[in-house]
Formats: sequence, structure tokens, C-alpha cells
Amino acid sequence: MTRLERNEKLIRLALLLVAFSAVSTLVIITIFIFGEGTPVMFKYGLKKFLLSLDWFPLEKSYGLLPMIIGSLFVTAGALVIGVPFGLACAIVLTEFSSKRLRRILKPIIELLAGIPSVVYGFIGVIILVPFIRDRLGGPGLSVLAASIILGIMILPTIISISIDSLQAVPRSYREGSIALGATRWQTTRMVMFPAAKSGIIASIILGMGRAIGETMAVIMIAGNAAVIPRSLLDPVRTLTSNIALEMGYAAGEHREALFATGVILFIIIMVLNTIANLTSKRRIP
Amino acid sequence: MLFVFVSDCGRGSAQRGLVVAGSTSVQPFADHWAEVYMRENPGRVVNVQGGGSSAGIQAAREGAADIGMSSRELKPDEKDLLEVIVAWDGLAIIIHPRNPIEELSLEQVQNIFAGNINNWDILGGSGHLITVVTREEGSGTRGAFQEMVMKGSRVSRAAIVQDSNGTVREIVANDPNSIGYISLGLVNEKVKAVRFEGIEANFENIDQKKYRLIRPFLFVTKGPPKAAAQDFINFVLSRPTQEMVRHDGLIPVFKE
Amino acid sequence: MRIYVDPKAEQRFFRALLWLLTGITVFILFFIIFYILKRGLPVISLGFLSKNPVEMGRAGGIFSTVIGTVALTLLAILIATPLGVGSAIYLTEYTRENWMTRVIRFGSECLAGIPSIIFGLFGFILFVTKLRLGWSLLSGGLTLAFMILPTLIRTSEEAIRSVPYAYREVSFSLGSTKWQTVTRVVLPSALPGIATGVILSVGRSIGETAAVIFTAGSSLHIPTSLYSSSRTMSVHFYILAREGISMANAYGTAAVLIISILAINVLAYTLMNKFMRKYC
Repeated sequence: MTRLERNEKLIRLALLLVAFSAVSTLVIITIFIFGEGTPVMFKYGLKKFLLSLDWFPLEKSYGLLPMIIGSLFVTAGALVIGVPFGLACAIVLTEFSSKRLRRILKPIIELLAGIPSVVYGFIGVIILVPFIRDRLGGPGLSVLAASIILGIMILPTIISISIDSLQAVPRSYREGSIALGATRWQTTRMVMFPAAKSGIIASIILGMGRAIGETMAVIMIAGNAAVIPRSLLDPVRTLTSNIALEMGYAAGEHREALFATGVILFIIIMVLNTIANLTSKRRIP
Repeated sequence: MLFVFVSDCGRGSAQRGLVVAGSTSVQPFADHWAEVYMRENPGRVVNVQGGGSSAGIQAAREGAADIGMSSRELKPDEKDLLEVIVAWDGLAIIIHPRNPIEELSLEQVQNIFAGNINNWDILGGSGHLITVVTREEGSGTRGAFQEMVMKGSRVSRAAIVQDSNGTVREIVANDPNSIGYISLGLVNEKVKAVRFEGIEANFENIDQKKYRLIRPFLFVTKGPPKAAAQDFINFVLSRPTQEMVRHDGLIPVFKE
Repeated sequence: MRIYVDPKAEQRFFRALLWLLTGITVFILFFIIFYILKRGLPVISLGFLSKNPVEMGRAGGIFSTVIGTVALTLLAILIATPLGVGSAIYLTEYTRENWMTRVIRFGSECLAGIPSIIFGLFGFILFVTKLRLGWSLLSGGLTLAFMILPTLIRTSEEAIRSVPYAYREVSFSLGSTKWQTVTRVVLPSALPGIATGVILSVGRSIGETAAVIFTAGSSLHIPTSLYSSSRTMSVHFYILAREGISMANAYGTAAVLIISILAINVLAYTLMNKFMRKYC
């Protein structure tokens, strides 16, 4: 073996070790979370864990239902706000405005994705919560507040990826449609939008993932009451807030229950990612 | 490979300074004490963290903290840890400054926090729903409140939960229909402390044992405190610091 | 029976609706930034940036938190970048696309989407408690590194993958070894893309609160060693704001945060542009 070949083999080995270390960190995280979380789920039974209403960890009662519903409501609310506004923005910037406007606005919107979530939460506390409390009732710390703030937070994600998807549709589609006499809106609605559908759905799923995972902003504005909210104006607690509020002092089984919450979130994200992957595979060539 | 490097830890404790963690009630005061201590002993480092009383006790037990701060008595299964009382603090029931209510009885407070009374007009105030604000379960303040006020009954599940005294105070300061409980030492002009059972919440009444919602601030260690920790504890218990304690809004350990 | 709607009228209606929604969206996004900057910029001064917080942040500046942020981010990047880029190189250049690489890619994507609080929980239990590192830069840096690693692997992989195969072919035909090709042809071309990924991860680390507050702690003193606890600007802002300690300082901290992150993202964006221009 020449010296050059030996060096190459060493380098390959070194890189293999690096890749192995990197991958093993990913594996460690997964195993750790699942390892700490699953025993408690099976000890108390999956049904009781997921469906019981009583979260009194200091009395060994680990019912996560209020938090699961809390996460669901708040995420759904975020999508109700984020999707229409986000898609409208994406459509306007690709189909109904000049290239220059898009070239200026798109990067600015992407920059806004970098604003820390605690800042959004703060704005929510300072502006949105008093508004809801004074005009609409309730404590202000509510499902509504959380949904609006989360909806605003996922806008950059949805807008940016949807714009990319719409731009990726071949120009011939648009030109063909216009050539047949369709208006620009008809073209958008019946040709461009369906063609970009898979990418747009992926953007929505990514936005959903971000909404589900948000913690700090939600702790600041949702009220954190461990009950199922009966209206938009009621306080709510999400799975992520639950972990953050109790992590410091949870011990033993309680701690494992928090990891179990992590397991559930992990699985949800995995499912979302798989769906996103599958929908983007079905691209129109 | 990373973990081999990381495994020889723990010996870093000399470099990281004294770690004091736990109760958010004790935290601002401990921070002040640490500031003065470090000024008078250059070279010594004291790091103060929050997290709540139970978190602090847990951290002391697991070694993450050298001293755990607690604003409630230790529970029976925590008595294996050593405790030192460094100050006493009153527990104040607070409402918005513009709330017309001036005093509440024990029974009224119990019913409000349990969710049985849910409108201010039942108590003679405005006709608005009461927003109950409580602390997280691991909070020493909540533990003290549970023991001294709620006694048997539970705080309503529908109550808003926040994880520090300061946050509770902020919420009560901004929501005219809210009620909460915080450390007496942290009450400021933004909120109003109600007369509890007819007694005003202030230091004279605590000294005269009339206002009875008081709880100890504890420094908790696992086993005898190590030298650096003991030094800090001695500093906090010393007369000059206890004078400062009174000045800051707490009740010192020593009687004058 | 189909209802006939005049297409021109339909277009006018929807166009108006869409522009309205877009206007509201853009307004809200800009409003948030201007609101913070308007109240925060006046607070920022050289003194603000260079003095330490006093009285839990009520007075003084944010110097120790700036140091904490820089130290923590630097540590995370130093740990994660070699690992991320190295494994990306290995996965694209030295192995064939098979089930294993697909699993790794899927795993990275999933982990990139995991909520940061889970990383905080993981870091708190593993580093702070079990490994007895305590609340420290080390715990925080490792946790952040774990958090940004999946993203770094993905973006580096994409950047390396998009280098045209022709470049490699030419290099091989000139007689270079694989490693020489990688270091002298592939990596330089992929560098803007990789750098973009790194810079975006820096931006993310600076704004991260949930994972940091439970692992690096919230001590207000300048960190003196890897084992010191330290507060980052995001954590400081969070504590100041929610406890009402000092609204003015909160706005100031937020303004510094936003400006830093915007500057970093602008940097990433211009690099990305340079990258695009080379290949498109």
C-alpha cells in the first residue's frame, strides 16, 4: 500500500468515526428520552396516561388529557390564523406582485423567523393579553392569545416555503393557462396552487411542528391551567409548558412522566415529518 | 469520545463557585446577599439560580446545587437533609390596587382559591369573574399557602399557574379581577395585600404574632455544608446581614 | 346548473382580499420589530453593553449576559460544526446512498423538529444532574450542540450534494485522491452553503431560551470557566420581562437580541446569494 493510499484509508476511518459520533448523539438522545419515558407509560397504562383528566403529579396521578387537548387547540388555532394569512401572502408575492417587491419582502419575512420566541411571547403579554381581557373577557391569558401569537410565529415558515413551492412550478403551466384565456386568479386557483400543493402542505406541516413545539411564548400567554379549556377565552396548558413548569422539581416517577410527555411529542413530530416527506414525494415532474 | 472528555467532571466545582438554587421567593434576597458577600470577599463566587423550592431541595440532594433554597418547611421525606433558617417571610394575599375589597377571611380565601366563590360581587366588589393565580406545584410559596390557608382543600385546577413570585405579582398588577399570593417581602406599590382575618399584613403584626401567615426561608444542604457553603451561611446569619434582611423586607432570625 | 361568475370580477375580489391579508401580515410582522426597537434602542448605550447587571437586572447593563451568550454559542458551534460537516462529508462522499443513509437523514430531520424544551429536559437530566456538570456553560453548550447538530448535518449535506458531479470528475481525472478532491474542490464550492447553515444555527442558538435556562442556569456573573453558570441575553430578557423587574432594560435587551439576530441572518442571506449565483 502506498503512503497515499494509507493516508486515504486513515482519513476515511477518521471521517467514519466523526460520522459515527454524530449519529450516536442522535441515537443517544432518542434512546434516553424513550428509555426514561416509556416505563411509566406502561406502568400506569397507556389509556390512563393519555385519557385521564387528573394531572396531580405529587399525588401520583398522571393524566395528560388536558394538556394534549391544550396542545391540539392551540396548534389548530395557530393554523387557522397562520395558514390563510400565510398563503395569501405567498400567493400575492409570487403571482400578483412585481419580482422586485418579492425580492425585497421575502428575505425580510425570512429574517423575521429568527426573532426569539420569548419576544413574541412578550408582545403577547404586553399588547394582546390586556386587549383580550378588556374587550373580550376572561383573564386574557387564553387559548385565543396563544393561538394568535403562535399563528404569527409560524407565518414566516409557511410564507417562505410556499413561495418556494409556487416559484418551482414550471412557467409553462402559467403561460399555458393564460394563453387559454384564464385570468390570473383563475390560473392561480386552478393551476399554480394545485401544482404547488405538496410543497405548500409541507410548509403547513412544518409550521404545525413549530407550533406544537413552542414553549416559552406559550408559558407567558396561555395561563397554564391544567384543565380542558371550555372556550377560546379560557386559560390552557400545553404539553410543552407542562414539561417546562415542572421540570425543575420533578423527581422519580414524576420526572419519568415528563419524559413520557417528551416521548409523545417525539412521536407526533415523527408522524408529521413522515407525512411531510410522503406528500412532497408526490411531485409533478 | 466526547463523553470520555466530559466524564472527569465534578472536580470543576472549585472553579464554578458556590451554587445556591431554589425558591423564587428567596432568590432576590439571596442574590442581594451574594452581591454583598462577593464584594466583601473578592475572589469568592456565589451563583444564585431560581427554579422553585422543591427544585432547590432536589438540586441539593442530587448535587447540582451546594445550597438549596426553600420557602417552606421540609416535608417528612426530606428531613434527611440539613436545614438552616436564614430568615422569616410573610405570605401576602394580593389583589389589584383598584379592587375595592380590603379584607378577606380565611374561609373566603379558601373558597376563592378552591373555585367555590367565582365572582367578586359575592364579596361586595365589582361584578366580574375572579381570576385565581397560583404557583406551580413545586413552589415553596404554594406549599406554604396550601398548608396554612387551604389546609385540606385543593386549589382549583382552573387556576392560572405561573412559576415565580414576580410573575404572579405582574399578573395581579395588570388584571383588575385577579387574586394571588406572594412573598410579603416582594409586595410593592403595584399590588395590594389584603387584610387577612382582619389583620394587616405588615412587619409589626408579624412581630406581635398577630399576622400568622409566615414561613421560614431555609438553606438546605445534603450533609454538613462544605467549607465554602458554611462560610456563606455564616455570613447570612451574621448580624450585619440580618440587619440588611430586615431592611430588605424580611424578618430576621434574631430578635432585637 | 353552474353559477356563472364573471372571471374579471372574481379576480378583482380575490385580489383585494389577498392584498388585504398580505397587508395585515406584513404590518404585524414589521410592527413587532418596530415596537421593540422604538422602546429598546434608547436604552442601548455603550454603558448598557459594558456594565454588569445590578440588583437582578433592575439597574446596570447586560454585559455578563452578552459574554454568556457569546460563550455558549461559540461552544455549541465549536462542538457541532466539525461533527456535522464531517459526518455530512462522510455520508455523501464516502458511502453510497442506501437504507442507512436514508434512516440517518430521516432521523436528523425528526430531531431537527423536536421541541427545544425536550432538549432542555434531556440536557438537564443528563448533563446537569446525572453527569454532575451542574448548571454550566458546558451543560448548556453541549445541549445546544446536540440541538443544532441535526440541522447542521442536513444543511451541510445539501450543500455538498449540490456541488456538480462534474467538478469531482475533473478532479479525479487529474489524478487527485478522494481527500484531495474533497478538500480542494468540493468543500470550497460547498462552503457558502455550509457557512449559511452554521450562521443560521448561530442565530437559532442566540434566541434559544427553553433549552438554555435549564442547563446553563441564570447566574448573573461573568462566567469564568466552562463550569460556571451563565445567563444568556434571551434568558435575561425572559426573566426581566415576566417578573417586571425593569421594563426599560427588558426592551433594551430585546433590541440588542433582535439587532444581533437580524445582522446574522442578513449575513447568512448574502452568503446564500453568493452561493446561488455561483450555480444558477
